[in-house]
Amino acid sequence: MAKNGKPPTLVVVQLTGGNDFMNTVVPYSDGLYYDSRVTLAIPEDEVLPIDGSVGFNPNVAPLRELFERGDMAIVQGIGYANSSRSHFRGMDIWQTCEPDTVATEGWLGKVIRELDPETRNPLTGISFGRGLPRALSAQDVTVTSIGDLDNYGLMTGFSAQQQRLEALDLFNRIYTPAIGSGPVAGYLARTGLDVLRGADMLKKAPETYVSEVEYADNPIAKSLRDVARVHLADLGTRIFYTQHGGYDTHANEARTHPRLLTELSGAIRDFFQDLRDHAAHENVVMLVFTEFGRRVRDNGSGTDHGAGGGAFVIGDRVNGGLYAEYPSLEPSQLEQGDLRHTYDFRGLYATLLERWVGVEAREIVGGEYEQLPILT
Amino acid sequence: MAPADRALTAHLLRRAGFGTTPAELDSYASREYEEIVEDLLHPERFPEVEDDVLRRYHLGLNNADTVATWQAHWVYRMVNTQRPLEEKIALFWHHVFATSIGKSEHAPSSVFQIETFRRNGLGDLRTIYLDLARDPAMIFWLDNSENHNGQPNENWGRELLELFSMGVGNYTEDDIKSASRAFTGWTFTQPLPLDPYGRYSSEFIFQASDHDGSEKTFLGETGPFDGEDIIDIVVKQPATARFISRHLYNYFVADEPQVPAWNIVQPKDPEAIETLVDAYTESGGNMGSILRVLFNSDFFKEARLRRVKSPAELVVGTVKLAGTYRFPDPGLASLAGATAVMGQALMTPPTVEGWHTGKEWIDAGTLNERVNFAVNQLSDVSTPGIRSLFGEMAADGSTMSAEQFVERCLDWVGSLTVSDDTRRELVQHAEAGGELRFDSEQARDESSARLVRMLQTIVSSVEYQFA
Repeated sequence: MAKNGKPPTLVVVQLTGGNDFMNTVVPYSDGLYYDSRVTLAIPEDEVLPIDGSVGFNPNVAPLRELFERGDMAIVQGIGYANSSRSHFRGMDIWQTCEPDTVATEGWLGKVIRELDPETRNPLTGISFGRGLPRALSAQDVTVTSIGDLDNYGLMTGFSAQQQRLEALDLFNRIYTPAIGSGPVAGYLARTGLDVLRGADMLKKAPETYVSEVEYADNPIAKSLRDVARVHLADLGTRIFYTQHGGYDTHANEARTHPRLLTELSGAIRDFFQDLRDHAAHENVVMLVFTEFGRRVRDNGSGTDHGAGGGAFVIGDRVNGGLYAEYPSLEPSQLEQGDLRHTYDFRGLYATLLERWVGVEAREIVGGEYEQLPILT
Repeated sequence: MAPADRALTAHLLRRAGFGTTPAELDSYASREYEEIVEDLLHPERFPEVEDDVLRRYHLGLNNADTVATWQAHWVYRMVNTQRPLEEKIALFWHHVFATSIGKSEHAPSSVFQIETFRRNGLGDLRTIYLDLARDPAMIFWLDNSENHNGQPNENWGRELLELFSMGVGNYTEDDIKSASRAFTGWTFTQPLPLDPYGRYSSEFIFQASDHDGSEKTFLGETGPFDGEDIIDIVVKQPATARFISRHLYNYFVADEPQVPAWNIVQPKDPEAIETLVDAYTESGGNMGSILRVLFNSDFFKEARLRRVKSPAELVVGTVKLAGTYRFPDPGLASLAGATAVMGQALMTPPTVEGWHTGKEWIDAGTLNERVNFAVNQLSDVSTPGIRSLFGEMAADGSTMSAEQFVERCLDWVGSLTVSDDTRRELVQHAEAGGELRFDSEQARDESSARLVRMLQTIVSSVEYQFA
């Protein structure tokens, strides 16, 4: 339980495309960094130092405020063995915890099943944005996926209320028996019925939200504002998921990466400010992850797919600081030109599950992995 | 030979096209099945969609600067084309070679790419790859313009092997490096800037001075390969035949697991894949020949309603039933917007892996959009398709029982098969209103309102989500 007596809530932010961790948390005292990043190094005098060896990219300044407050843990060198360097495999592995086989169930889907085994609340897990990530999908698990929070609901085209209610009733009657009609049709039917229930509950979120925080006008800021609106409406959501795309910076990284970091950092700062203003921050922890880091050496314009990367855990209950080891840039220590991971991501999942969400991790992450003391 | 079965014809046209209007279905179903397949495989037998009218109403198409206009243009073609497979195969290659305008923000090159898929999408795979490797939108999307002699960028080289031809597990990291080097110097001319002329297209150019002509080893062969050699080697790999066959199966026959699983998860119907692989081998990778085998096979004919409709299929199929947008109406852009909120923004796939299909089209948000869209398209008896159906029903003036009424509506919705449970609910709902009567103005008004409600219920059903 969090200090405010409400159940612990996890917000996951997926950075899609492979964030360049080396240019996010910069090993600015390492000459090898400047040797490898001929075009794309962050100059030493621009880095915002964390300690004598690493520091933030200047575009991450808003997150540094959270770091200095002691609310942000940086997990360095996070990854897994034999990175495939494929986005899709990489993301699958992070989302399912299955590096060797292709799994259909996502780690958070299983968590939602633990939290709400009888699917009493279709809003236990919510994804914002188009498309449901595999992380949230699991057999018999309901996840609400919202593209546009303000227009969520079925049969909204009917102007006459009586007709709309009749249409919803008929929808309910043809969807209910279809639940047992095969895996895909059954899933579809259950999803339809969950939309009916979820939409009714969600109406409250935009109606009751009042805030002083002005979020920026970009997709991640909009998504985190939606997370805040639903969280503040107290609808029992325990897992929120959202994505920020565009990190696949093979080319023109000097232009795109700073913009992405600025959007992300600003949105996260505003989100926590919003929660704090409403005294709703104590039961929220956020995980920010990406499928892999990028190659040590730049390619003259961007960086290609790499291996070890980095993750952030942010929240009032977090023991801020640096965790695990920053991977060595020594050529002999690299794995096919990439940073070798120093910490298995499944340990971080297990930490969050057992020390925050309150579910046993072993089955979900597939074994025992080293956990980190990042939560108070 | 007997005319084709009506439900089977509807199935074929849902897969090889985007569904039919009821009148189109009547016309197709009056012919032999094999003959319909041949017509589909020969789009040149039918006139093209005339762009002139469209251009007069959508001036954006003339200076080509907004993607929304071009998305609308594509949806208009899907609705109105007499060459359904031409549009369907263009969308197929757009799935496989997923290129997004989100990075280039340059509409003419994305439009040019889709036009290429339309032109050669039923031809030889070798030509398709070669055109793709020379396609400015693709070159920019996967950074081959940043792939330099001595400083290779592996993005295109990797995805060519991983996502476009062979799939993970069939090549090594060294093969990727060799392929990347072979494509150095394959780039495009800088298009004219936006102002003051609008956006202009770009063209492929080979920069010999930036090409790495040294010896490379690729998939066991060694030589001073350039990109064309790499493609020659790729198209003869059994892994490529199999990979493309699985894509065709997933797109035209029945939902398969997603691409990243293919080196681990076996096909659902291995024999069908083998049949397609054989057709690939016999035809030297000719897409039309493979599709001829596919459409005429039993495994295809038996796979009715075994795929979840893609958003484009759902939107276009529904509009064809409604009989709307036969003319470039101002609302055309909203159709492209509808596929986008259902998870398929044309020319804007989420990543180079393309859209996840099948069950993954469906989540609470997208199902919500699908149901609302279909219901809203059929919300008025003055909608041309509904008006014409109602006219036929009312023509003989006799009454219609609840069963007849439901049967008639299901047939109208592309000969849709529904479960017994769904049918029972529909019939019960119809019975509650009594017999359908047309013998007075009041009776006709009531009956037309009930017809609208019945059609809306059918297109919001679970079954309607399947193709």
